[in-house]
Amino acid sequence: MRTSIRFLFGDELREIGEVDPTLTVLDWLRLQERRTGTKEGCAEGDCGACTVVVGRLDGERVRYEAVNACIRFLPTLDGCQILTVEHLKDAAGRLHPTQQAMVDCHGSQCGFCTPGFVMSLFALYHGAANPDGQAIDDALAGNLCRCTGYAPIVKAAEALCEGRDGAPADRFAAEEAAIAAKLKALQDQEMVSVGSGGRVFHAPATAAQMAQLLLDNPDATIVSGATDVGLWVTKFQRVLGTVVHTGRVAELRGIRETEAGLEIGAAVTYTEAAPAIAALYPDFGELIRRIGATQVRNMGTIGGNVANGSPIGDTPPALIAAGATLVLRRGDERRSMPVEDFYIDYGKQDRRPGEFVESILLPRPAAGARFRAYKISKRFDQDISALCGAFLLTVERGTVTAVRLAYGGMAGIPKRAAAAEAALAGQPWTEATVRRAMAALSQDFTPLSDMRASAEYRARVAANLLMKLYVETTDPAAETRLVGDRSLAHA
Amino acid sequence: MPDTLNTPHAPAKDTATGVSGAVHQDRRHDSAHKHVSGEAVYVDDLREPAGLLHAYLGLSERAHARVRSLDLSAVRAAPGVAAVLTADDVPGANDIGSMSLGDEPLFARDLVQHVGQPMFLVVAATRDQARRACKLARADYEELEPVLDITAARKAGELVFKGMTLKRGESSAAIASAPRRLKGRVAMGGQDHFYLEGQIAMAIPGEDEEVTVHSSTQHPSEVQHVVSHVLHVPSNAVTVEVRRMGGAFGGKETQSNLFAAAAALAARITGRPVKLRPDRDDDMCITGKRHDFEVDYEVGFDETGRILGIEGEFLARCGFSADVSGPITDRALFHADNSYYYPDVTLTSRPLKTNTVSNTAFRGFGGPQGMVAAERVIEEIAYALGMDPLDVRKRNFYGHGERDVTPYHQTVEDNIIDRLVEELEASSGYRERRAAIRAHNAGNPLLRKGIALTPVKFGISFTATQYNQAGALVHVYNDGSIHLNHGGTEMGQGLFTKVAQVVAEEFQVDIETVRITATTTGKVPNSSATAASSGSDLNGKAAQAACRTIKERLVAFAAENWKVAPDEVEFLPGRVRIGTEEITFAAMAHLAYMARVPLSATGFYKTPKIHWDRAKGQGRPFYYFAYGAAVSEVTVDTLTGEYVVDRVDILHDVGKSLNPILDKGQIEGGFVQGMGWLTMEELWWDGQGRLRTHAPSTYKIPACGDRPRIFNVNLLENARNAEDTIFRSKAVGEPPLMLGISVLYALSDAVASVAGHSLPPRLDAPATPERVLAAIERLRAEAGTAQPALAPA
Repeated sequence: MRTSIRFLFGDELREIGEVDPTLTVLDWLRLQERRTGTKEGCAEGDCGACTVVVGRLDGERVRYEAVNACIRFLPTLDGCQILTVEHLKDAAGRLHPTQQAMVDCHGSQCGFCTPGFVMSLFALYHGAANPDGQAIDDALAGNLCRCTGYAPIVKAAEALCEGRDGAPADRFAAEEAAIAAKLKALQDQEMVSVGSGGRVFHAPATAAQMAQLLLDNPDATIVSGATDVGLWVTKFQRVLGTVVHTGRVAELRGIRETEAGLEIGAAVTYTEAAPAIAALYPDFGELIRRIGATQVRNMGTIGGNVANGSPIGDTPPALIAAGATLVLRRGDERRSMPVEDFYIDYGKQDRRPGEFVESILLPRPAAGARFRAYKISKRFDQDISALCGAFLLTVERGTVTAVRLAYGGMAGIPKRAAAAEAALAGQPWTEATVRRAMAALSQDFTPLSDMRASAEYRARVAANLLMKLYVETTDPAAETRLVGDRSLAHA
Repeated sequence: MPDTLNTPHAPAKDTATGVSGAVHQDRRHDSAHKHVSGEAVYVDDLREPAGLLHAYLGLSERAHARVRSLDLSAVRAAPGVAAVLTADDVPGANDIGSMSLGDEPLFARDLVQHVGQPMFLVVAATRDQARRACKLARADYEELEPVLDITAARKAGELVFKGMTLKRGESSAAIASAPRRLKGRVAMGGQDHFYLEGQIAMAIPGEDEEVTVHSSTQHPSEVQHVVSHVLHVPSNAVTVEVRRMGGAFGGKETQSNLFAAAAALAARITGRPVKLRPDRDDDMCITGKRHDFEVDYEVGFDETGRILGIEGEFLARCGFSADVSGPITDRALFHADNSYYYPDVTLTSRPLKTNTVSNTAFRGFGGPQGMVAAERVIEEIAYALGMDPLDVRKRNFYGHGERDVTPYHQTVEDNIIDRLVEELEASSGYRERRAAIRAHNAGNPLLRKGIALTPVKFGISFTATQYNQAGALVHVYNDGSIHLNHGGTEMGQGLFTKVAQVVAEEFQVDIETVRITATTTGKVPNSSATAASSGSDLNGKAAQAACRTIKERLVAFAAENWKVAPDEVEFLPGRVRIGTEEITFAAMAHLAYMARVPLSATGFYKTPKIHWDRAKGQGRPFYYFAYGAAVSEVTVDTLTGEYVVDRVDILHDVGKSLNPILDKGQIEGGFVQGMGWLTMEELWWDGQGRLRTHAPSTYKIPACGDRPRIFNVNLLENARNAEDTIFRSKAVGEPPLMLGISVLYALSDAVASVAGHSLPPRLDAPATPERVLAAIERLRAEAGTAQPALAPA
């Protein structure tokens, strides 16, 4: 067992033995290190002013990801590298290409959001080659700017990527091997436990360690990316006793492709899971692109989204529609269940004390089945759904032979629309049938009114999404989508 | 050159031909390199003084209640707590209101009037401790009936400030005799500023009764005034300083008073430095926002779309106190004409009191609400007559030499809206695109497009005449470097850069020679808020005046010593020509110092020509007008109400720009902010008066992907302010926000397509997807097209 956390701050090794389990990276930077370049805009992971970059070992490479320092707990970055805006200038004091592009394109006005944008741009700069317009928008979607209207920032991103000539050419690229070596030296199979006085952070390295920890501490709070738990701390000032972090557990971090489909470890992030999921269900991939923004997707996990049990989480409806199952583990016992059975009532899931979500099995779609997911919110990016509908439909010779309709935001839990499914099953796939299913939805759901939408809007749109499904599956020429890859409408 | 004035400086090179950073040049923001490196210092980044304490505000949990008792014993006993302050601890006035009307206490005592109203302050060793301790307070409330929205306030009828009436001619007779008439109501929501840097103040006690307050404020002098009243000390004991804000948008014009006064009070009582920074959620619950309005209108017009008479009543939700709601509702009336001539007109305002946070200044200051209403009336007329709304707009534009008097009896002398709109109409291809959009819609049942061109005419000057003054302080050091200070504040708009350009231009020195310094009440007193788009107009002129004073002294000195006529002394780039001799500016500064010439000067400016009589509703409140227009094209999903902005073309008048690239930044940013107000930004209170959209997770400002897909922004060419403003430029801070109105009316156009453009869509704001879908459903129902054929049979 290791009783300290270790990480690189820039290229400097830090080892900390005494640390509050829920100390945020931002508070560590601003209050303890007095590194004030990184700003607090919202303390809930929604504005991006606190964006820092986390370097992770990826084979022999270092993968750079933008994350929200305001809700990320410092101990969860054990074994990683943290880069802030202060690390970017070179030894001669020259601005990094991302910084220079922002200056040249007049990308800052008040400047408060700027360090966050610079760090998102840094991650973009070190990301995939030749990003298109959508990739640039996605890289910046988690950073709010109230001054510029974004046009000059996007221009800076374009100039930066054009000037990159395929690969990044900065000192971080030049020093990548050295950083990778330093990171490699930080990886071990030890369980990490830091803290004292009933407030302890555990980061097990194996699933067996994790299982034992939870048997010993059934009341522990399980944390992956902390995209929700972070807010318990920053907004509600909750004091968490024992925290168990999933991020170092190798078995939970993998995606395994099998004959049956995908086995997604509970600690796989949205970003990591998206390509594999999109390969099976293209529109599920598009839905993931709309969950949070880049920073949130780099932290949040599919397992966390499922286990959290929020009625407005976006992956549960899609997983339910696709017929996914959940594997729960307690000690060495495992049980599995369809995802929809996990949700009992608002705030109540079928998770026993000491049990944790180990993986999610996403089956391959049956031949001819079509999957669609629609996320409805006031804003396309970085917004929580008013409602989310996910549908799996098989039509053979004009008749509906299989259908699963799942919704989020329409009830206290993510839920299938049984009455609407019944109205469709075995029926001819016609507009009249769809309208009957739309009417049947009122038996399935009695949605609430809140700040995101009224009950009337939720009910109306939930029904209209079935019409959208119908149009997309019957009229290959119809234009139905405003954002994302339009071809997904008719895939 | 006399021997006694020998100088160590070499003579200037003849090759110097230009000044870097002079006026009318693109010049990057003076702090850009510090913004991108994290080195730009905001109040929370200042090096913390030893012994710093942290404060946090305890807030009301009720919208309207008597406070029977407030038990703070557990708060006082909490870990780290150094002091707990209430209204009883205020040595001076328990009032932080901008207009000192006594209606806005620093701490509520017996009566709370909105959820989130401060009741007490906890001072502790850490911010976390202070914040936790706040939650331990136990208040016993006797609940009173709250008035939460305009509907309820209409009935209650209580005002926070006297309303205003603008009247010219006999509107009711003109409406009655008009060939066509219609009336209606338009509603529009408020808007949170969502400055990225939240409110913050750090107060440091000094000797005797002195205190220095680092405040994120647009109005250091008002903060100084309020702090001095709260502490019961003269203004000369209070120094307020701000180097920069992380955005403000009007939200730090009066709203910073509270945080500065509370921090200063805590510093006074504890004798230690105190910092106060609320969490974002608390910031949004404590501070005021843009006013939501309902406007009832009636208009008479002829068959050609020309307005003959119009009446409008403007009801605003002001919250629990006046703040600056009076001037804001006034400005709504001043802009209820937008660019249109109203022959006979009566406009009235009703600043309504509600048990919600006290609404405040926000970029446009009531003007946007006036204009949204004007454009609704135009749209209604267009639908009534089956005309393109653009033709109705053009039919009603102010004239030249006739039809040119506003409802407030000011003649529009600098009108260019017709020229500007015609240019934009052509350059944007408005007519062809409108036809193409109609064709597109005919073949697309689900996704409908819409387009609208809306104009902006915005009056420039504070309507409170005394605010139209500014001071500056310029030092030239004997090495030729220049220290610049003025009363304006930097919130990202580039004011500091522009004023430095003015100084560079005046002295003909490179802008790098000019050091820009933090705004402080200790250097320039009695400054106005940096607001009303007036920052460059006022402070640029004041700095220019200071430079000219120094230049006059230098000219007199040179003329005397070189024995030349004053007109033989000329400031050239980087140098000064005296007769046939040239020396560097630095050399001149050194020589002048040696000759005991004062090289420091204050400058002062007051806007000429303006006057305003509110009681009569007559005068010339505005020195001049800024103009602009935008064409927006949108696509709407008729199944969900979601939409995207496909293309925006803007042509905007900034006069002869001081800095075109910064002005373009203001226009782009202002447009997107205006668009956000009218589309996705929705303030939502629950039935208990609690704001439930109090953080970016629930309150959605435009994100990167919401910007127009195609965004063409151009400055009007050959534009020169008709008035003698600083280098003939025009104000640019607020006017572009109202270009965003084109998005609302483009959405409206798209919505109307579901009923074949036969019915007025009456789309209220914010046009969230929900409101758009509701308008679509209503039009379909009215037109009897509720079951559209969506897909081929």
